[in-house]
Amino acid sequence: MPVTVKTFATSGEAAAALSSERDARYLGGGTLVMRALNEGDLSVSTVVRATDRALTQLDIASSRITIGAGVTFARVLAERELAFLHPVAGSIGGPAVRNMGTIGGNLFAPMPFGDFAVAMLALHATVSVQGGYGARDTPIEEFLAGRDRLPGALVLSISCQRPSGADAFRYRKIARIKPEGGSVVTLAGYLPMSGGRIVGARIALGAMAATPVRAKAAERALEGRVLDAASVAAAVAAATEGTSPVNDSLASAWYRREVVGVHLRRLLTGQD
Amino acid sequence: MAKTALQFRHNGRDVAVFVEGGVNLLATLRDLVGDMTPKFGCGQGGCGACTVLIDGDAHLACLTLAETVEGRSVETLDGLKDGPNLHPLQRAFMEHFAAQCGYCTPGMLMAAKALLDHNPQPSREEVVNAIAGNICRCTGYEPIINAVLAAASGGRARA
Repeated sequence: MPVTVKTFATSGEAAAALSSERDARYLGGGTLVMRALNEGDLSVSTVVRATDRALTQLDIASSRITIGAGVTFARVLAERELAFLHPVAGSIGGPAVRNMGTIGGNLFAPMPFGDFAVAMLALHATVSVQGGYGARDTPIEEFLAGRDRLPGALVLSISCQRPSGADAFRYRKIARIKPEGGSVVTLAGYLPMSGGRIVGARIALGAMAATPVRAKAAERALEGRVLDAASVAAAVAAATEGTSPVNDSLASAWYRREVVGVHLRRLLTGQD
Repeated sequence: MAKTALQFRHNGRDVAVFVEGGVNLLATLRDLVGDMTPKFGCGQGGCGACTVLIDGDAHLACLTLAETVEGRSVETLDGLKDGPNLHPLQRAFMEHFAAQCGYCTPGMLMAAKALLDHNPQPSREEVVNAIAGNICRCTGYEPIINAVLAAASGGRARA
């Protein structure tokens, strides 16, 4: 069924159009919305686009980086300043998907997709959202928890602190098809060290719930501790707390619960 | 519903068509432009059979809203050959038996062209990564990888 396509020059106009129409979806790179249209999703009657250049801007010169919602994974991979995010962007899709898919769209990708959002959750990111009444910044955790109840809002950008050291941010994606494929489980850890101890640990898991979630019990097990065998064992033992994985064609919920601790151990100890 | 006028470059030639809202680039190319080389495989971005180049970069035509290519350059397999002369990649695919049923071949060739345009001397790993989004159920990929590597090393000399 044909849909109405509305293209706007500014993100503000696009956000206003999204908030005034019930069945409107914002089209970013197309890998989610065009797929829904191809499958005959009748819940989409209007597609909203914005050609606003602000949506594809990168601000990566300082210690706090801001990535426009329309920036593609390929663009992230092309920026040397974003090297810490290259393993994340490179783990998503093949080259064509990376040329199309955007950082903003990834925040809405249903499991087993949405790996970039997992990394952003570990990195304590802030999502800038344009609503009918102006722009506001939302912590990514809050954003992900409410992403299905966001009528009439448009994601403008996402920002996070650059990790302090090369070892502070770690990422692993477990997939059956390499180098691309949906996630069995995705793990991202942010482990800033102060005086040899972990201060402000964040562990984020993908494909372990409907949205990326934090492994808060594992974080607590690491907080204020030295990264050694005892603290790693405590974090691994707590890895599944608060998760609710489901069965899909890639893995069963049981399998995901069984292996998430194994991969968390490898993430924390730097094993391949 | 009103149709939208759309103009873009198709293999170096200007084309103008009227598209319905929400129509993807693959349907536009096949049904309105008459270029049957990009194939419909999954419609979900999982198989790569519809891979085309937009402004030189590999894109999936089935996930591209037709209207987004307004004023841009779209290259498909149909534009790869030069008159009666096959492109070095096409010749290498023939010589290395890289096509069996042939359904993935247009997408494979365009993904490989995107790679060689940006990186004329790729490593084997780079070739594997370049075609990672393209599924082939016949060949087991080895002949395809070998063909791309052969086209890279000998392509220009034989072109």
